[in-house]
Amino acid sequence: MDDHESVYDGLLGGDASQWAFGTDFEDPLAGVDTTIPAGVDGAALAAYCLMLGDDALIYAHRLSEWTSNAPDLEDDIALANIALDLLGQARLLLARAAAADASVVPQMPEGSPVPAEDALAFFRDEHAFRNVGYVEAVNGDFAVTIARLLLFSSHRLALLQRLAASVDPVLSAIAAKGVKEVTYHRDYAGRWFVTLAGGTEESRRRLVAGLRTVWPTYAELSRPTPVETLAAEQRFGVDPAVLTDEVDAVVDHVLATAGLERPDLPPSGTGAMGRNGRHTEEMGRLLAEMQVVARAHPRGKW
Amino acid sequence: MTALAEGRTHAREIAGTVVDPEMPMLTLVDLGVLRDVTESGARVSVTITPTYSGCPAMATMRDDLVHALTDAGYAEVEVKISLSPAWSSDWITPEGRRKLRAHGLSAPGPSPTGPVQLNLAPIRRAIDCPRCGSADVRLTSEFGPTACKALYRCNDCLEPFEHVKEI
Repeated sequence: MDDHESVYDGLLGGDASQWAFGTDFEDPLAGVDTTIPAGVDGAALAAYCLMLGDDALIYAHRLSEWTSNAPDLEDDIALANIALDLLGQARLLLARAAAADASVVPQMPEGSPVPAEDALAFFRDEHAFRNVGYVEAVNGDFAVTIARLLLFSSHRLALLQRLAASVDPVLSAIAAKGVKEVTYHRDYAGRWFVTLAGGTEESRRRLVAGLRTVWPTYAELSRPTPVETLAAEQRFGVDPAVLTDEVDAVVDHVLATAGLERPDLPPSGTGAMGRNGRHTEEMGRLLAEMQVVARAHPRGKW
Repeated sequence: MTALAEGRTHAREIAGTVVDPEMPMLTLVDLGVLRDVTESGARVSVTITPTYSGCPAMATMRDDLVHALTDAGYAEVEVKISLSPAWSSDWITPEGRRKLRAHGLSAPGPSPTGPVQLNLAPIRRAIDCPRCGSADVRLTSEFGPTACKALYRCNDCLEPFEHVKEI
C-alpha cells in the first residue's frame, strides 16, 4: 500500500516506536546558522534567551487555559491564537538558548528522542525557569486577563522592536517575526480594554479591579537583571529599563481612551524574582500540569 | 524518461507541487513559504519559512516535502528553516490569491509598512465577499481557525468567510 494512503503514517512521522513525540518533532532552527557572533558571550546569550523564552512559554500556557472557557467563541479562538504565537516564539527562543549553550539543557535518559527545546520546557524544575512572576499568575476573570495582556504585549512589542536590531542574527530574526504577531495581541487587548471600560458598570468595575491586580507585579518586566544588562552591553539584547517611557506612553494612551487613571499602587517586590528562579506558589501548579505527561514518558513510549 | 531522472531535473517543480496542509488549494510556492531548492545528485535541500512563529503546519510541510521528493527518487532530502526575512502576506502570489478567492477565502491586502501603530478603533479592511462580491461585510473575529486568518460575514449573502490577514 502506498504510504500516503494510511493517515497513521503521516501522523507517526515515519517512526511508530516513539509516537508521543512523533508528530511534530523537529528543530525549529533546522538549517539556521546558530554560530555565536564575535563579542557575544554564549552563556549570557543562552541565559537571556531563556528569560524571554520562558516568559512566552509560561504565558502561552496560562492563556491556553482559556481555551473552551472564554466568554464567547471568538475570544476563545483569539486567546488560543495568541497563546500559539507565544508558544512559537518560545520554541525558537529555547532552541536558540540550547544552541548557544548546551549546558542549559537538562540531561535526558539514554535513547530519549526529546529535543533540546522540549527538554527545556518539560524537564527543568521550577527554580531553573527564568520567567517573570507576572506571567505565571492565575488568569483571574476575563478583565484581569485583558489588563495583564495589555501590559505584557505593550512591553513585549517594544522589546521585540528593539531586539530586531540584535547583533545575534538568530535573535534578530525571531524578534522581527514576533513584532508582527504581538502587534495583533496588543491591539486585541487594547480594544477589549477600552470596550470593558466603556461597557457596563460591572465590566468597568471588573476592569479597574483587574488592572489593580496586575499592576504591582508588572514592574518586574522592566527591572533589569545582570544578564539583561550584559546583553545590552554586548548588543545582543535590550535593557528593559530603556523601554519604560515608550511602554508608558502606550499604556497611558489606552488608559486615557478608556477614561481611567494609572492605579496608585507601588510595585510589589524588589530586585529579580522570577528572573532568578524565585517563583510564586502558582508556578508549581502550572508546571505540574504542563510537564506531567512528558515526565511520565521521557522516552516518548508507553 | 524515468521518474528518477525527471525528478532530478525538476526538484524545484516537485517541491512546488506540495500544498499547504491548512489551505490545500495553495502550493507552498503560492503561499510564498518555499524559499529555496538546491540539488546535487540524489541529494536535495529545501528551505521553507514559517508564516507565523507558532505555525503548527511546519512539520507537515516538511514531511510532505520529504515524501514528494523521496517518491521522485531523491535519496536524501533535507528541509531547512529560514527565519529572516520574516514571512509577509505580500509573498502570496497572484496565482495564490486567485485560488484563495476561488475557494471562498478573501486574500490579504498590502501588509502594513512603517512604524507599528496601536489601533484601538474597529478594524476596517476594504475587502469584499469572495462569494457574492458585496463590499458590505463585517468582521466577526480578528482571529480565526488558523493563525493566519480572520473571520468575516457578508451582510448581503449572509455567508461567513475567512480572510487571510495582512502581516
